[in-house]
Amino acid sequence: MTLLEALSALLLLSGAGFYLAGTVGLLRFPDVYTRLHALTKADNLGLGLLALGLSLQADSLAAGLKILLVWPLVLVASAAVSFAIARRAHELGIAPAGADSQRRESRAGDRRDGA
Amino acid sequence: MTGLEAPLALFLLVNLLAALIRAARGPTPADRMLAALLFGTTGVGALLLMAHARESAAMPLVDTALVLALLAAIAGVAFARRAWHVSGRDDDAA
Repeated sequence: MTLLEALSALLLLSGAGFYLAGTVGLLRFPDVYTRLHALTKADNLGLGLLALGLSLQADSLAAGLKILLVWPLVLVASAAVSFAIARRAHELGIAPAGADSQRRESRAGDRRDGA
Repeated sequence: MTGLEAPLALFLLVNLLAALIRAARGPTPADRMLAALLFGTTGVGALLLMAHARESAAMPLVDTALVLALLAAIAGVAFARRAWHVSGRDDDAA
């Protein structure tokens, strides 16, 4: 295994790790806004590492650049999508999870009075 | 070709299956849409890996990945601007 292949394998594996983090975040995070973070940050970093790792192994410069070009497209696309969805959720009055739990705590009347 | 491509593509597909749980649970329409958008990014990753795993048909799969990325973006923006209305809010608290 050459140095280039080892570097590529390292990039591929770390990219898969970020994909896993994104999926776990999508399942575990409490509300729409935080899930958007998991989707549009962790997954895009995973895709970037993966594309970089694959383009290192490409046969020609053109093929490598084409694989690498997928990444900026997805970055721009997911930035636009996450902005649109977050703004729409805000317009529809969906409360962030943190605001919810603070309200619950103040309703319970403990801790926040002491603070 | 490190031999990692096919196992990693399989791993990404398992990730997609896990994301279906989120699509099933909701609770808002946006959460279900997020699972669809995850199919965009993770699907693109899996397609790139598969394109590299089978050398002969490499380029068509990369083109497919590009189209999938574009379609996921258009679907997400169209959902946010056109399809998501207040009626989706009643099961918000779940």
